[in-house]
Amino acid sequence: MTLTSAFDTLDADLFVRDGAGEAHLDLVVEDMHCAGCMQKIERALGSIPDVTRARCNLSTKRVAVSWKGNSTTGAAIITKLDQTGFTAVPFDSKMVAAIDATESTRLLRAMGVAGFAAANVMLLSVSVWSGFAGDMEPETRGFFHWLSALIALPAVAYAGQPFFRSAWKALRATSMNMDVPISLAVLLACAMSLVQTIQNADHVYFDASISLLFFLLIGRYLDVQTRAKACAVAQNLLALRAIAATLVEADGSTRSVHVSALEPGMIIAVAAGQRLPADGVIINGTSDIDTSLVTGESLPLTAGPDTQVFAGMLNLSGPLRIRVTAKDDASLLSEIVRLMEAAEQGRAGYVRLADRIARIYAPVVHILAAGTVLLWLLLGAGWQPSVMNAIAVLIITCPCALGLAVPVVQVVASGRLLKLGILVKTPDALERLADIDAIVFDKTGTLTLGRPELINGEDIADDQLALAAALARESRHPLARAVVSAADARSLSGNTNVESVSETPGFGLETSYQGSTIRLGNRRWTGTEETSASHGPELWLRVGDQAPLLFCFSDQLRPDAAVVLAHLTQDHDVTILSGDTQEATRSVAEKLHIDHWEAEKTPAEKIALIEKMQNEGHTVLMVGDGLNDAPALKAAHVSISPASAADISQTAADFVFQSKGLDAVAQAIQIAKQSRRLILQNFGMALGYNLIAVPLAMAGYVTPLIAAIAMSASSLTVTLNALRLGMKGDPKKWTR
Amino acid sequence: MDALIFLIPVALGLGLLGLGAFLWALKSGQYDDMEGAAERILFDEDTPSDN
Repeated sequence: MTLTSAFDTLDADLFVRDGAGEAHLDLVVEDMHCAGCMQKIERALGSIPDVTRARCNLSTKRVAVSWKGNSTTGAAIITKLDQTGFTAVPFDSKMVAAIDATESTRLLRAMGVAGFAAANVMLLSVSVWSGFAGDMEPETRGFFHWLSALIALPAVAYAGQPFFRSAWKALRATSMNMDVPISLAVLLACAMSLVQTIQNADHVYFDASISLLFFLLIGRYLDVQTRAKACAVAQNLLALRAIAATLVEADGSTRSVHVSALEPGMIIAVAAGQRLPADGVIINGTSDIDTSLVTGESLPLTAGPDTQVFAGMLNLSGPLRIRVTAKDDASLLSEIVRLMEAAEQGRAGYVRLADRIARIYAPVVHILAAGTVLLWLLLGAGWQPSVMNAIAVLIITCPCALGLAVPVVQVVASGRLLKLGILVKTPDALERLADIDAIVFDKTGTLTLGRPELINGEDIADDQLALAAALARESRHPLARAVVSAADARSLSGNTNVESVSETPGFGLETSYQGSTIRLGNRRWTGTEETSASHGPELWLRVGDQAPLLFCFSDQLRPDAAVVLAHLTQDHDVTILSGDTQEATRSVAEKLHIDHWEAEKTPAEKIALIEKMQNEGHTVLMVGDGLNDAPALKAAHVSISPASAADISQTAADFVFQSKGLDAVAQAIQIAKQSRRLILQNFGMALGYNLIAVPLAMAGYVTPLIAAIAMSASSLTVTLNALRLGMKGDPKKWTR
Repeated sequence: MDALIFLIPVALGLGLLGLGAFLWALKSGQYDDMEGAAERILFDEDTPSDN
């Protein structure tokens, strides 16, 4: 659905919420790109009397408006923006609240505290280190150590919480993650330094523990921030398509309500060209219904009274009255939701790469530390120096660089994908995508564009197409739209002008032109014999008494589908899994030279097939858009859906791509594999540093200065290495 | 070394001042829209528009 058509069906005032004597409205303005746009929007809204606040957010492409009193309305605000040249779509405030802004704010606050403390402790530490070479008195040094403790201990207690909490959670579940060795090293470093300070000893590690937290918080904040941005874009996409329902009251009057306000038993009206806002049963009207987004079938279904219909289906031809049915009954949707929940549990066992490494790394480090104590005791050293050396081993092996190795790469990779219009929605999506060796594609709406296009254009003369397009321009029917775009492609628009076109829902369009009656519509409308078989969506054009002319339509492949699939089949097993008919699926599979394809699959069968593949040892990527694909998207190891997908599928998918082409899938896989390589390189480098530093620590040679140099150098190396991903240039385009 | 007695509190005080400013900016929503903030510098008005 285009922006403007979504706007037509939405009543902005449904989204206005009250608070503190003011009305608030959140809007999505997708075409806001620069300072100029922001200023135009804010000025236009500010010029409306009673508007108290209008603030653009360029990162999320949203505008927050507040006003006093009843003098203005949500609709008036959208109209004002429309006059200024911006299309605004109201945004559900519940979804605004759903964005987890608190996590990134909390990390940022912790980062600020850690940064302040790290800078000041380092200031004192550097003085102490230079004091060793100079003439610092032990009293001054002790004073500096106490000051460091005073700054570092509260800061660690505050800024370390994200790590301590995560580590505690892992330990309670008797598992291991990277935060366990991090927390342990930070806490032990603080404890040991405090003991050293009390004893007025030479070395304290306050600087190491706090600057470590500072580095790690930077990585973690960037990671959360990038994902929050991708989620905001994904939510905007859904908001842009939100449709209001037209509620029919008992007295026959209609009013527009928000979809969430619908209750079972309510009667709604759905005009031709609209998507169904809720599940229900038709009580009045006959129409063709495009079910492709729900079942994957490309041929429209003829529906009449008592037909069960589902949210997301597109009403093609006639107006319908639908009685809303409950969402929790035995509907297709509740079946989908049940399957999705079951499928999701299978995926919960995935352990992220960093945590897998931590499982090996942490025990090794702890054994080394224990070995150090034993070794020194055997060598005859007392308890205290032995324990001190063991703690030094733990501090030097604190996986600072390991903790940065993954987030920094992911931030760079997600940023690059975002530029390509690919949204990374789940934290471990990139890691899982790098694992795949098999890809399952849905057909309708994924390999194909999911909207009809004229296919017998060469049989139709220019003047006939121009005439058909002139009529079709008056309709919102998808087939009529397809005629118009075919005419536009041949630059025929405006050649023929017709007046007073009338539309008969369920049949077609009619006008008179140069003295004869012109009709564009279905067979009955144009008096075509019903005998000839239909091979898909079709329209007929009849001029006067001449024989009707056939317009055939079919759902076309995405422009680059063949090239992208040819590339993907080189390294992956590709399967097409469709809910559509055998014939339609075979024709697509043959065009794309894919040997494995399965048609007429229900959502449960799709899951079964994916699980079978995974049991055979494949790691499956599912690419799909329909409601019927949603459970399969959850069942697969990782999933991608186009931005045109059903809401549920888009929410279920790990990645969402906005481009018209399929090359986004190839690009995402390529970047995921590059990131995986960089992450492994980073791990390698971090371990390399440890190989050098650990023997020094065990031997008791590690001073705080050496620890600080080793940690900063390794963190810096992995960060710089991760940035290489951004310099690799644009991934290869798979379009011709 | 006597200078330390006032130099260190001054250094810490300045640091705390910076930390306070950061936390205030964070709380007042100045980190909500980093891209927008970067563009707003191009606005013509010298004073922030008070819509």
